[in-house]
Amino acid sequence: MSAGVFEMDSWLERLPITARDLLTGYLPDPWRWIAQSVIAIVVILGVFGTLFAFLTLAERKILGRIQNRPGPNRVGWAGILQPFADAIKMLTKEDIVPRTADPVLHYLAPVALVSFSLLSLAVIPYGRHLVPLDLDSGVLYFFAASASSELSVFMAGWAGRNKYALLAAMRALAQLISYELPLLLSVVPVVMIAGTLSPSGIVAAQSGWRIGIIPHWNIVTPWGFAGFAIFMVAALAEANRSPFDLPEAESELIAGHLTEYSGFKYALFFMAEYFAMIALSGMAVTLFLGGWQAPFEVLQFIPSYAWFAIKLLALLLGFIWIRATLPRLRIDQLMRLAWKFMVPLALINLVTVAFWHLSAGWATGAQPLRWALALALVAVPFVLIGRRLTSGLAPRIYRYAAP
Amino acid sequence: MLGTGILKGLAVTARNLTGSFHDPARFTTTQYPEERTVLPDNYRNFPFLVSDDEKDPMGTLRCVACQICEKECPPQCIYIEKSKDKKPDANGKMQIYPAIFDIDISVCMSCQICVEVCPFEAIKMDHEFEIATSNRFNPLLLNREQLAKPNTYFHRIRPTEAAEVDARLDAERKAAEEKAAAAAAAAAAKASQAAAAAKAPPPAAPAKVPSPATLEAQAKPAAERPDSSAGGIKTQA
Repeated sequence: MSAGVFEMDSWLERLPITARDLLTGYLPDPWRWIAQSVIAIVVILGVFGTLFAFLTLAERKILGRIQNRPGPNRVGWAGILQPFADAIKMLTKEDIVPRTADPVLHYLAPVALVSFSLLSLAVIPYGRHLVPLDLDSGVLYFFAASASSELSVFMAGWAGRNKYALLAAMRALAQLISYELPLLLSVVPVVMIAGTLSPSGIVAAQSGWRIGIIPHWNIVTPWGFAGFAIFMVAALAEANRSPFDLPEAESELIAGHLTEYSGFKYALFFMAEYFAMIALSGMAVTLFLGGWQAPFEVLQFIPSYAWFAIKLLALLLGFIWIRATLPRLRIDQLMRLAWKFMVPLALINLVTVAFWHLSAGWATGAQPLRWALALALVAVPFVLIGRRLTSGLAPRIYRYAAP
Repeated sequence: MLGTGILKGLAVTARNLTGSFHDPARFTTTQYPEERTVLPDNYRNFPFLVSDDEKDPMGTLRCVACQICEKECPPQCIYIEKSKDKKPDANGKMQIYPAIFDIDISVCMSCQICVEVCPFEAIKMDHEFEIATSNRFNPLLLNREQLAKPNTYFHRIRPTEAAEVDARLDAERKAAEEKAAAAAAAAAAKASQAAAAAKAPPPAAPAKVPSPATLEAQAKPAAERPDSSAGGIKTQA
């Protein structure tokens, strides 16, 4: 970014960078870089730690409202201090390490999980000037970091020397690896269109508007919509969120790979789950929802990081909404959905995006045909594969219960 | 099509989310320690003993220590010791009273059988549910002083049932008084009769209260009726 572009921005847009430069401006060059990195890390930890705390509260409140009850409302005004009460409870709980457990692995698993999920937060462009780590292959880095969480899950299951934890960890591993595939395949079209693996490059490729109101976001294209849907479903599974929360399915596997964990280590697993959810939502915003770009040209006076925050929160609320709606899948249903539905659709989406890319030069008159063909490439496989997936599963007849 | 069910489900949860803010019929939670729901009349948890007079609860317990509830109680949480002396009850009749009446509410299972079997309307189910204590022994073993609650309290917690019970007790009292008056009149008449016709011995008049023998005699035909009807069918066939 050149200085000229920087000067054009409103002072609100420049505020975080100005504040950072005020703090570190007097330092000599290598020290300034280190200080700026430390500030970025502290800000990420602070902002997302707070977001995690209040996201748990929001989740409990919204789930409560959806189930027609008020949710936590005792600690502080309308329950606003509930996360801190929870934190105190978790911190003061006894930390139990089983006698036969591998103490090093047992200790390392939650720490590794949280650090891996924090690593993936580094490359997301949070605003026009707010990219903590502007890597050229940031997308690759992001998925490498988030895929490492599978290692920690297995570590947690193995270290406790508990057969249920181990079985659950293997199940979790199967789930995470199965859904890694559609997750990555749904990202490939974005990289193909943008021609770069850099998250800020992908955001830049989505800039601009058609007639000032239709943004060039990937989600407003047929392949982008399909990719977004596949990405979000796979993200649900990657973040162990309902309806794919089998690894910690309380009703069937005591607590999954968390069986032998208590106290703050248990809280760390939850923190990692929420960080993963935030990171995946942030990546979805970057890849499909135009990143920090405003939806309309006239709304550009609102700073870019505010737009990113709005989109991120909308996706996180979507996660909560889905959790409140859908029951948990069975493990065979989960695997079938991944391999027989999501992977084929993601592969077909590659064809769609290739067609979209090749037909970019079509004349204005042929544009409706281009849209129709691309939409058909998305919709027809969805309907056909969906029909195959559900064939033989007639609607259940309730003979004794009223419908 | 795949996914339509999910969209329908999302619509349902969204309706519940918004409905909980404006529709009191959906959002029915009461904030318990601050707000309280009115308990339904027939709510019950543990028994209490009814006393007729608030000022003298021990003197006016309806309980006559008949120990039926103690024998019927399935978990055997009632312990009664009869008094050695007698005290006049509400009708003025001399009655035994419970010297000790204990209920262990840590054992009680709130089945209400003691209330069902009590012939004297002396034990009823309470509405009191805030009975948490820090000790599981003594505070949960209630003696008769703790169990006794006035009839006015009974009227407060379940007005309908209390009114019925009062009406029934009043009718019984009236009947008893009439019976006593009739008995007194009969005794007086008998006495005068005896005085008038002292020479001739009176014929064996049927007893006012039916003796066990007559009761049995009345009950027998009723018991034999099914047999006789069955026999009738047989003969017809």
